[in-house]
Amino acid sequence: MKLLRVKPGHGEVVLAEGDVAVPEQYSELLAVFSRELDAGLWAAVPTSTRTGRREAELVRSFEDVPADAERVIFFPRAAGGS
Amino acid sequence: MALALGTAALMLMSSLLVLALPYLRRSIELTRLGLSERADHKRFALVEEYDPGRELRAEQRARALLRSCVNEEDWSMYSELGFLRVWGTLEAQPYGYLIYPHKPILAYVPFTNHMLGEYCVEFPDRTRPFGSTRLPDSDDVLAKWIALTADERALIEQANMHLAGRQIRIAKARRDLLCLACWERERGESRGRAPRRAGSVPAL
Repeated sequence: MKLLRVKPGHGEVVLAEGDVAVPEQYSELLAVFSRELDAGLWAAVPTSTRTGRREAELVRSFEDVPADAERVIFFPRAAGGS
Repeated sequence: MALALGTAALMLMSSLLVLALPYLRRSIELTRLGLSERADHKRFALVEEYDPGRELRAEQRARALLRSCVNEEDWSMYSELGFLRVWGTLEAQPYGYLIYPHKPILAYVPFTNHMLGEYCVEFPDRTRPFGSTRLPDSDDVLAKWIALTADERALIEQANMHLAGRQIRIAKARRDLLCLACWERERGESRGRAPRRAGSVPAL
């Protein structure tokens, strides 16, 4: 699983990468996930419907991330614009 | 006596004011100069921080990420037309959204092409890497696409709604919808034909 973050001037940045089945890597992924959420970012997992249509799912805790998810994308929280 | 003293005090004050006027003017000028120098310094700093090459590389990475997340058809739409369409799911009547980079999300009714309104929403990165809160264009589109497909209601409630035509001209939106209809018709027709081997250019 890869934890990615989109950033101004960067595009995507890989924050952490690891296998959730490996305890040490799971801890690192969990720590990075919590840090980004605490920083106020939103986390999303790209998914596909049964018909093959691609969608995304917002996740609010690491437990919500599907076990087979390949990527979690962090992006800044939405705010009303002008 | 009191009248004389009052008059003398007024005379004294006006004389002092006349004497102090040049100094006051000078100090106002100096303050204004200081403020403008500070603003110039800030402007130069921002110009120095802006690197077009870096922004271009960021945009290329953002495009690759967007392409890996959305459907192939949506990616073609974005790369060829410059916007993405997402269908709304909150109402029984069909409606859709047009997502433009760094512009409001435009809600419209298909078939009639009636514009419902603009939803102004931003994804500002408060950490301001390189001094800007602005995501690359394709990352902004991706963030809007994710938010709309994952939780349309929350995004719409978060956004500031305005009448259509405020930031995206209605004529432009109608033209874009016309282009979209043509583009879909052409894709529908080309699906029935054999794939072209020569002359086709892959999208970025």
